[in-house]
Amino acid sequence: MANRTFIGLCLLPLAVFSLAFLALPLVRLVMASSEGTEGWGIYLQILQTPRYLQTLLQTVLVSLAVSVVALAISTTAGLFLARNRFPGRGALLSVLTLPLAFPGVVVGFLIILLGGRQGLFNTLLPGHVVFAYSLLGLFLGYLYFSIPRVLLTVMAATEKLDPALEEAARTLGASPYRVVFDVILPGLAPSLVAAGAIAFATAMGAFGTAFTLATDIDVLPMVIYTEFTLSANIAMAAALSVLLGLATWVLLLLARSFAGATVAAGG
Amino acid sequence: MRLTLPRLLQLAVTLLTAAFLIVPAIQSILAGLTVNYFRGLSSGFTLRWVGEVWRLYADSILLSMGLAVACLGVTLVIGVPAAYALAKNPGRLSRILEEFISLPLAVPGLALALALLQLYGSMTGFRTSWTFILVGHVLYTLPFMVRSVLAVLMAMDLKSLEESAATLGASTVTRFRTIVVPNAMPGILAGALTVVTLSIGEFNLTWMLHTPYLKTLPVGLADSYASMRLEIASAYTLVFFVMIVPLLMAMQWATDRAQRISR
Repeated sequence: MANRTFIGLCLLPLAVFSLAFLALPLVRLVMASSEGTEGWGIYLQILQTPRYLQTLLQTVLVSLAVSVVALAISTTAGLFLARNRFPGRGALLSVLTLPLAFPGVVVGFLIILLGGRQGLFNTLLPGHVVFAYSLLGLFLGYLYFSIPRVLLTVMAATEKLDPALEEAARTLGASPYRVVFDVILPGLAPSLVAAGAIAFATAMGAFGTAFTLATDIDVLPMVIYTEFTLSANIAMAAALSVLLGLATWVLLLLARSFAGATVAAGG
Repeated sequence: MRLTLPRLLQLAVTLLTAAFLIVPAIQSILAGLTVNYFRGLSSGFTLRWVGEVWRLYADSILLSMGLAVACLGVTLVIGVPAAYALAKNPGRLSRILEEFISLPLAVPGLALALALLQLYGSMTGFRTSWTFILVGHVLYTLPFMVRSVLAVLMAMDLKSLEESAATLGASTVTRFRTIVVPNAMPGILAGALTVVTLSIGEFNLTWMLHTPYLKTLPVGLADSYASMRLEIASAYTLVFFVMIVPLLMAMQWATDRAQRISR
């Protein structure tokens, strides 16, 4: 068999599968968004309906808060784990990366175990400390699955930093704080931006966690889900999905042009 | 390690974060094994709830295992040859194709599932069969397989290896079978473990694609969180942990190994 033919054959299954189950369905989704009574005007309608606008705003704000806090926590822990060797380090690292394989629903359940009616905080503390189903619970759930992803990105980036730069700064008399803020953080900046964008995009699209926790909170994936299943408003569900998909995709594309690695979205 | 104040603060943040992640997981393990979680651990330990889970959800657990194996098979057949073809032609077109099949990593599963439903929802035979869920799982895991194999292939000197084999008279198919696949093995292994781990835990797509007769493990989990007592929900989560944690560790080991090779 000629070389070119063989390579063509190698690509054929992938081409057929992605055309049938990725390209065509996405085209169909975009078309479906225009098949409501408003046609393409549905995108304008999203911007004019307070409920959708508020949902968009709330989703962006929660995701933004999660990204910032996850970055702060994971950079602190990541730098510590990358720069220090001590007994128990491996175990600590395993614990911190464990949630990578947890689906969003499980994360939601774990937050219920912390902050639900039978949760740890409600049983240990006096009074009624139930936060699982509030915005705080949702925030903690998103934080739960964001921390490992950001941590791994930060640690990988830290290993690539040149330790000679830090030594040079130290011999020139820089304090540990100056070393962190003038040498380490600027060096990590591209990876931090990328990791933050990944956390943000993942939180924006997180369905499983919202499904268990956000019964009373309007976040974008939950609104899409209820429009589709309860209201049978297919066009609106499709339009919001297109909007959400486009936003997360563009964001991750930008993040990747800043710095390499991407960790799977999910949650 | 000298303990200075900044180090202590960093350690505190690290430990608190680890506690935040591990404490609820331990709670769920304990709750799944106690007689009555509301009365506390003093009510004693039991395997009764795990037994209940098996009685209620064995079908879901087995379906997820079957799906993961089928998903692995399909991603191997589609992904490994495709990675080889992409490695042989590292041009602009390959970059675009790789970018395109990676879309499911960026676009939320809910949106992808809606897209699939819009196009195939009316084909009842396909819609209600387990292959519909399989398509979703392959869609989501395929980019991991392709990228994992591609990274290893790009790092080795594929051209010289293949040329030497060709001068010795090996055909394209023989070269693929005896040179490309064995050399790509670390990438294939890492990709395979990633595919299985992700398939078993996939919820976002599956929730939209499943039917009442075809519930996967995570769909069953959501079901138990909504309608079962806390002990059963916890025991089911425990069963899930027992399946996923070894897979995750194997996956991380294999991925590190493949990355060391492709560096």
